[in-house]
Amino acid sequence: MTFFYFFAAVAVLASLLVIAQRNPIYSVLLLIASFGALSGLYVLLDAPFVAVIQIIVYAGAIMVLFLFVVMLLNAPHEETEHDERVHPLLRPGPMRFGGLLAVALVLELVWALVKANESGRFGSAAVSSVATIGRLLFTDYAFAFEVTSVLILAAMVGAVVLARREEWR
Amino acid sequence: MPSPSLNDYLVLSAILFAIGVAGVFVRRNVITILLSIEIMLNAVNLTFVAFGRALGSADGQIIVFFVMTVAAAEAAVGLAIVINLFRHKESLNPDTFTELRW
Repeated sequence: MTFFYFFAAVAVLASLLVIAQRNPIYSVLLLIASFGALSGLYVLLDAPFVAVIQIIVYAGAIMVLFLFVVMLLNAPHEETEHDERVHPLLRPGPMRFGGLLAVALVLELVWALVKANESGRFGSAAVSSVATIGRLLFTDYAFAFEVTSVLILAAMVGAVVLARREEWR
Repeated sequence: MPSPSLNDYLVLSAILFAIGVAGVFVRRNVITILLSIEIMLNAVNLTFVAFGRALGSADGQIIVFFVMTVAAAEAAVGLAIVINLFRHKESLNPDTFTELRW
């Protein structure tokens, strides 16, 4: 229980700070911290496979891609029509409305969950073996797995086509 | 202290999802918006794993595997688009990308 609250607090705090940073580099690094906390939660949920790929794929690959692009673009300042010195979360108008909408969303979701009251204690039967997951991936989910590879190929080609320079066309 | 129940994980997931939504609504930086989308995807992943654990099934973890693949593809294509937009506009503010506005 203590571990749960620790990881939950780290995840929520880091995520809040992600959207409160002016400089995207700090946002990316804080998001990596948030993913680390989520990985701990996956371990608590007896899902070591997900915990490991959360670190390797998400924190290791996707976030490095983000970090690479942030450093490549080198544009730390958020240009708006608003005063640069005002914190991004405190700017008036539609942004404040968006914040209200998010608060309403979290209130509504928590309310619905409390009403539903999934009191469920977790049963003892946990599927934590990587072998089970691998077998399922290549039997029941074989088609989805293969389609995923096509998706990755399409994304790769799309990224290369989108990001290359004009004069090469 | 009692061990965390399914509800605790769902509430945490709801909070993380709302933080992601707030990021998309509030921030005016394309990269931060993409990061907020990642936060939302992770909140959903947590729900999948928690439900999979509660139902004693491995399906939740497998769906998470696929969600991560889609997130990787989305990040690659999204960041390529961001690089291209920045090259044309010298800005990351989505309010400046108005060519398609009628």
